[in-house]
Amino acid sequence: MSEHTAHGTMTLKLIVWRQKGPTEPGRFETYLARNITEHHSFLEMLDVVNEDLINDGKEPIVFDHDCREGICGTCSQVINGLAHGGQTRTTVCQLHMRTFKDGDTIYIEPWRAKAFPILKDLMVDRNALERIIQAGAYTSVNTGAAPDGNSILISKEDADYSMDAAECIGCGACVAACPNGAAMLFTGAKVSQFAALPQGQVEARERVFSMIEVMQKCGFGNCANHYDCQAVCPKDIDVKFIARLNREYLKALVM
Amino acid sequence: MSLLTGNVGRKVLMAVSGLFMVTFVVAHLLGNSTIFVGPDWINAYAEHLKELDLLVWPFRIFMFAMLSIHVFFGITLTLENWGANPDKYAVSRRPRSTFAGRTMIWTGLLLLAFLVFHLLQFTFKITPEVVKVVDAQGRFDVYTMMVAGLRNKMVAAFYVLSMVALFLHTFHGIQSIFQSIGLNNDRTMPKFIMIGKISAVVFLVVFSAIPILILTWVLS
Ligand code: HEM
Ligand code: FES
Repeated sequence: MSEHTAHGTMTLKLIVWRQKGPTEPGRFETYLARNITEHHSFLEMLDVVNEDLINDGKEPIVFDHDCREGICGTCSQVINGLAHGGQTRTTVCQLHMRTFKDGDTIYIEPWRAKAFPILKDLMVDRNALERIIQAGAYTSVNTGAAPDGNSILISKEDADYSMDAAECIGCGACVAACPNGAAMLFTGAKVSQFAALPQGQVEARERVFSMIEVMQKCGFGNCANHYDCQAVCPKDIDVKFIARLNREYLKALVM
Repeated sequence: MSLLTGNVGRKVLMAVSGLFMVTFVVAHLLGNSTIFVGPDWINAYAEHLKELDLLVWPFRIFMFAMLSIHVFFGITLTLENWGANPDKYAVSRRPRSTFAGRTMIWTGLLLLAFLVFHLLQFTFKITPEVVKVVDAQGRFDVYTMMVAGLRNKMVAAFYVLSMVALFLHTFHGIQSIFQSIGLNNDRTMPKFIMIGKISAVVFLVVFSAIPILILTWVLS
């Protein structure tokens, strides 16, 4: 099918980062994406290209994906210089080809940061974010009977604030977009989500200290307040949560 | 997580030292503005400063400590940040960060060079062209020293260039203080950004006016 172009479809030139493994050198390869409709999502467009590659006996492009509905946070590509392609509040899987024109050239690169080593092609190892979570993004509760629904009252404002922070899907776009490869928006959101709730108070001090420590150990950079992270965040997590993280850190210091 | 080694702690130290330096810059700007009123004013102002005698050295030591903290962490944090982001994108777009923000280390280093020269020239008065005379009232003639010093085109150009660096550095730096010390949220952010931009413009205009007016013989 690949040689033919169906009527009313787009053909695009893709310049894609290909890398065989974590220690192999990578390079850009150019491919034509044929028979693309405006209804294809960006990932579906890559599926079409991969089918063509397989039919030609070539290795398909490896990229991360799972839910394809903007909630799992695995799809991770820098498209024409912007993480997730630059459409506001949009993951790569939710980006549609109608935002491109026939004949467009599209650069596709993996997240680039020291803390996110490339595994293959567009797939990176984002375990460092899991390690930050493990360091303190939890509350310890005794198991047993389910607690009463409304035994701890939480104001609407606090609940909303916490939910806004909890919207983070951990995709790592903030790190990918940061000139310093910092994970402060991610960590800020995770700390703030607990800091706003009564259940988060008990372990507040250890949480902020150990999450910052692990973040640093994983090789993430330091925040310089550029705010590129919020601009690419598919959930529009606000940089006010970075300020909250800084505030929680200072509180913990004097506690 | 220690203040001196931690990711967030060192940024807090940069912000606090930066805040003290910005406060100094504001005070210095107000003092220097007396030159626009006339020689008598700036000489009188300098004379008053001298009366604070006992406070001068503790103050200088304090500011030197702030500068040292700021420069040390500015350089080390920047090197770490470069290390954390070693591979560049072939195509890179920056949706929100500014030129001013991304060049903090360079404008900072230029400011450091400026500070060294500026102190040697007008504080310790040991650069070659320094004119040390007294005015009619027997006070040290700061006005004549400044006019003589900044009449040199190279020196004046270096001053203006340094003030462009100060403009860029504070354009990003002032709003950054509030974020780094956790005093920010989504409602205050636009205000802090505005305060930073306005202050940066005022610093640029008022400080650069001095060498420019001297070079153009408006002040003589
Ligand atoms: C008149 C002198 C200076 C003033 C008023 C000043 C002010 C500031 C302020 C307010 C900040 C923001 C702090 C924050 O992010 O919270 C800052 C950041 C910074 N300054 Fe300075 N600074 C001065 C000199 C210097 C010098 C001499 C250097 C040389 C290394 C320097 C390097 C930096 C760097 C690299 C940052 C960014 C740090 C980061 O965001 O990670 N500054 N400065
Ligand atoms: S594949 Fe799950 S968010 Fe894109």
